[in-house]
Amino acid sequence: MDLKRQAAYMRKSLFDQGYLDEQFIQLEDLQDDVNPNFVEEVVTLFYKDSARLILNIEQAMERSPLDFNKLDTYMHQFKGSSSSIGARKVKSEATQFREFCKAGNAEGCMKTFQQLKREYTTLKKKLETYFQVVRQAGPAETACRPK
Amino acid sequence: MESGFASPRADAFPAGLRVLVVDDDPTWLKILEKMLKKCSYEVTTCCLARDALDMLRERKDRFDIVISDVNMPDMDGFKLLEHVGLEMDLPVIMMSVDGETSRVMKGVQHGACDYLLKPVRMKELRNIWQHVFRKKIHEVKEIENHEIHDDVQMMRSGSEEFDDGHLPSGLDLVSPRKRKDMENKEHEDQELSDPSAMKKARVVWSVDLHQKFVNAVNQIGFDKVGPKKILDLMKVPWLTRENVASHLQKYRLYLSRLQKQNESKAPFCGTKQSDFTPKDTPGSFGIENSIKMHQNNAANSSYGYCGNKILLQNVGSEIHENDLKGIISFLPITEPRKALAGDVSNTQKSSNGSRVGLSHSFGSLGPDVNYPTIQSPNCWNTDIPVIQFAQKAKQEKEPYILLEDNYMHLPPSGPQNQIQADGLQSSPPINSRPVTEKGKVIATEIKPLCTEYGSNHVGDISRRGQGINLFSVQADKDVANAQAFGYMPTATGSSPMRNQSFDQIYINNWNSLQPSIIPEGGSFLSSSHEDLEPCSLQGGYGYTETVGFNNEEILAYEHLDLTADPPSHLYDGLRFNCDYPCDSMEYPLMDRGLFIA
Repeated sequence: MDLKRQAAYMRKSLFDQGYLDEQFIQLEDLQDDVNPNFVEEVVTLFYKDSARLILNIEQAMERSPLDFNKLDTYMHQFKGSSSSIGARKVKSEATQFREFCKAGNAEGCMKTFQQLKREYTTLKKKLETYFQVVRQAGPAETACRPK
Repeated sequence: MESGFASPRADAFPAGLRVLVVDDDPTWLKILEKMLKKCSYEVTTCCLARDALDMLRERKDRFDIVISDVNMPDMDGFKLLEHVGLEMDLPVIMMSVDGETSRVMKGVQHGACDYLLKPVRMKELRNIWQHVFRKKIHEVKEIENHEIHDDVQMMRSGSEEFDDGHLPSGLDLVSPRKRKDMENKEHEDQELSDPSAMKKARVVWSVDLHQKFVNAVNQIGFDKVGPKKILDLMKVPWLTRENVASHLQKYRLYLSRLQKQNESKAPFCGTKQSDFTPKDTPGSFGIENSIKMHQNNAANSSYGYCGNKILLQNVGSEIHENDLKGIISFLPITEPRKALAGDVSNTQKSSNGSRVGLSHSFGSLGPDVNYPTIQSPNCWNTDIPVIQFAQKAKQEKEPYILLEDNYMHLPPSGPQNQIQADGLQSSPPINSRPVTEKGKVIATEIKPLCTEYGSNHVGDISRRGQGINLFSVQADKDVANAQAFGYMPTATGSSPMRNQSFDQIYINNWNSLQPSIIPEGGSFLSSSHEDLEPCSLQGGYGYTETVGFNNEEILAYEHLDLTADPPSHLYDGLRFNCDYPCDSMEYPLMDRGLFIA
């Protein structure tokens, strides 16, 4: 399949499957000649920065008993960050996690956190692949958006 | 950019708007920067609140508007908001992924002029210029008001202008004044179209003046105080009752705020040295160069403006915690960067337009207190009030205690001011409640632009109030700021030119828009620009609230709904003459540019 088409297809499925939301499109809209790889740069930055947030949460999750306030704060940060790239599923898990924090539900937190990490990693891989294809497909290819 | 202005150059506006974005999330910072650049704004990013404050203080007129995230590691976004409002009187927009009403409310209370939810959209950012513009308009209005008041004052003393031959007397002042007001209004347009009119002096609450005020308040007794009584005691011929009323309100708010803060914080009596780095406040505390730092009557005044320190001025043991709450000393802020470290030694630079800095200084200013010295020998010097101390607060726990300071004389540590410690000690009961309240008022909230939507508590108001006028309008400075945006078609046109044109445009627009500005209406901006998205908080809040709950003079705060707390007797019905349209609910206390230079 032609690379451009492949890129478009991958992109569409990311939206269709709910991995990405409207914010991602906002990022695409910001991409221009001045910043031709803007979206990829932002996503890269997100993954780089959020890794430490995840680590913070992980470490906090190992404490006993859990400090829900702290966890909530970390997750709030993480959620804000994940909203920046439109990481829909990840963000949804983050919201869920915060609910559990407020309820003081340790088990809920743990389960949700595992789920969150899965989504986080899945999205990362998908986006990495997507950007690879996009780059290979050549400049100015991000196909017409579904909207 | 959508532009509803009639001016031919309006289409270039607001390109070049200078925005400072503060967010600890690098991803968001990158995105916001890109978005703002797409709006043709001039963007500066910052991931630390502290750095942001430094930048802001370094050059007060470097930015037109600040956008900040609420949750940041080094400083609570709300604190930053307060600092900015107090010290720089810039509009601040808050952002957060959390849109809970309580948070938003808090933002408003602290003076945010808008609260954006993340993910932030381009269209929301496009319209942020309205907050800057709105502020400018308010400043013009304030100037107008002051001019009218000044004229009235002159009339009082002059008296030969009474048409009907009334002699000036207390009884007769009312009608002549009214007449004068009418006459003045005729001249308004003229004045407005004269750019220099924007530079007319407002009531500058200099140290000296404020000291008189406080003395009067103390003399009368805080509980019985009222603008008229204060005015009479102060014996300042050109001062109007409205000026005093407004100032009193702020003072009260300040005090009550200080009180609240003090309850959890430092004791008043000791010297609390916070290590704040007094940064230069590029004199933007509302007081332009014209502020004269009058020498405080050292003997009595107990205000000390410890720029960076929040020192509870221990003016005396009379200070009650409650009172100290938000004492903000109206101190002009001077430029120099000072580090208010234990020894606050700020290099005093008088800068033009130092704003009144609210510095909270607790405790006696002892040797360890270094105050940035401001040009004048009195303790007002300092530069940067409140906010600065945050940085150096020794007490880690609340580094940014906004307005813990009491009015106090801060003996300048350095050679500069001579506010002597003894001045402190001997200061009269500034410690009394009035002081704190005032401080409170001034202190924090600086957010002139923000609409205070809902908070109807005095506390809130105080916060807002504080913001509002203290630094709200500095005629010169603001005008200059206004010019900051590229009002001119060329974003980087020559400054003077720009300024001029901006002034003109601004004034012209103002003039033309005036008729359409109606107090009860929403922001006139919204009526002129379809696209304008009203401040998110506008809701239905635009109303003129009466702050004072007492009869007589009712302080009408635009947008402030002070329903709450303070016992009404405290307010004596402050009356605010706002005869200008409140444009939407944005600037509750802005108009009272009492503390502006």
